[in-house]
Amino acid sequence: MAKTQYYIPVGPIHPALKEPIRVEAEVEGEKIVKVDVKRGFAHRGIEYMGMKRNAIQTLYLSERICGICSISHPYAFVIGSEKALGIEAPPRAQYIRPIIAELERIHSHILWLGVVAHEMGFDSLLFWTWKGREKVLDLLELLTGNRINYSVFMIGGVRRDIKESHIKAIKETIDFYRIFTEEMKDVFLSDPVYKARTRGVAQLSKEMALKLNVCGPVARAAGLRMDVRQDNPYDAYADIGVRAVVPQDIVGEARGDAYDITLVRLYEIEQSLDIIEFCIDNMPEGKIMAIPNYVVLLSKIKKTVGEGIGMHEAPRGEVVHYFKYDGTRDGPAVWKVVAPSYNNINSWAPLLLGAEVADIPIVVAYIDPCMCCNDRVAVVRDSDGRTLDYSLIRRKAVEKTMKIKKELGVIE
Amino acid sequence: MGKLYSFKRSLWVFHASGGSCNACDIEIIAALTPRYDAERFGIKLVGSPRHADVLLVTGAIPRDFADKLRRIYEQMPDPKAVVVVGNCGTSGGVFYDSYNIAGPIDEIIPVDVYVPGCPPRPEAIIDGVVKAWLKIEKLEKQLEGKE
Repeated sequence: MAKTQYYIPVGPIHPALKEPIRVEAEVEGEKIVKVDVKRGFAHRGIEYMGMKRNAIQTLYLSERICGICSISHPYAFVIGSEKALGIEAPPRAQYIRPIIAELERIHSHILWLGVVAHEMGFDSLLFWTWKGREKVLDLLELLTGNRINYSVFMIGGVRRDIKESHIKAIKETIDFYRIFTEEMKDVFLSDPVYKARTRGVAQLSKEMALKLNVCGPVARAAGLRMDVRQDNPYDAYADIGVRAVVPQDIVGEARGDAYDITLVRLYEIEQSLDIIEFCIDNMPEGKIMAIPNYVVLLSKIKKTVGEGIGMHEAPRGEVVHYFKYDGTRDGPAVWKVVAPSYNNINSWAPLLLGAEVADIPIVVAYIDPCMCCNDRVAVVRDSDGRTLDYSLIRRKAVEKTMKIKKELGVIE
Repeated sequence: MGKLYSFKRSLWVFHASGGSCNACDIEIIAALTPRYDAERFGIKLVGSPRHADVLLVTGAIPRDFADKLRRIYEQMPDPKAVVVVGNCGTSGGVFYDSYNIAGPIDEIIPVDVYVPGCPPRPEAIIDGVVKAWLKIEKLEKQLEGKE
């Protein structure tokens, strides 16, 4: 009988992937019949390093968990830390933080739109969207001093104020993106090829989305009204009253496919523009740091015993940071990070089953995966709950080889 | 020197992302897109290391990834240049004391140009690729002088 099943490995280094991850698929003709996802190539042990450094160093280390969400992780970090310390950022800082976070959401969503167009073969669309993205990076550079990795948050406030001259630039950028988003909607949502390529691809039902525990735009595209800014508001988001953007509000029904995700992301850019506008119009006066002196802040952390959880709606979903300060050192005794891609990657295997080979890039790209956020270390435990380290596992492997050799009579 | 002839044409670049935080990676793409537009010189990203002249590596390299990086380097045809983008690839950066980092990239494969920054601006990345080009040209002249 002729061989009908073929094995296709994708990754860890592959042109369709920006980051290392491995997808192994068994195909029968064009249809995928078996799929396995292997991750862990980008694990850097950030939590371990953070538990050895002081809290301010760890805050900027958390920024390097992911360069695209380089405000989302610090945002969850500062909220969690402030809860543990029992301090609160001044009102002005609470209004500056959402501005930076929403600007980041705009740049991340436009980035995703470009990447998904590229995966489909619309390279000119990638170039056009990324040309539009440069404008928000210019604004972020003006406000924070860097295009990416802004280092603008601090436990109990923000490090840089928004001045009168900045507000003019912010308003100009908002006007630019009002027009640019309309143009993007026109291109993405009414293009017949784009629609044919994404309608019904990577389709996730509401039940499936709940079962797989997905979050962020992936869950919202499936029709679930979940958004940390709506369910668990913090800072200025509590005053704004953010509502989750779901497709049933826009087009009447939620199908949860790649087209609906595009819809959700495009409308979220508009929502972000509204939030920024609200923040600059209603920004209170005052100071921007609760404890301006870092030495005082660190000594307060050293004396604090407590824990806190910080949550933020990152462009990809919810980011959760857990902290425990034990009163013996000026950094977190326990620091745990949960990133959105960790939940969202769960949807790959069920969605790829039965799909065509040509749809792998879209399914992989549609959740906007971020390996550097979610790569964990694998710990193998035996039945007693003891950790088995690699040398022990290797010794077992060697022993088994020796046993087989003995059985086969190769050695005495 | 016919051996270095391929560098007289536009460079094709392969991008390998190790344990990078994505920041350098998106700046590399930004360097190719219309604002900075490295593609007007014919510099473009290619999908396979076998087609590439220059290898761009980002990020500190986790232990799991070191042997894969070595394989990519070996798959590239000679002559080739390696450009490290970002602080963590250059020195370990903020990840210097991690248990899972196999070391800065020059401990794994030979490196020609370092582009420091967290992340470096797209102009700096283009400058890094040009520096790799100049280095090869200089090498070529030296070899011609010897003959």
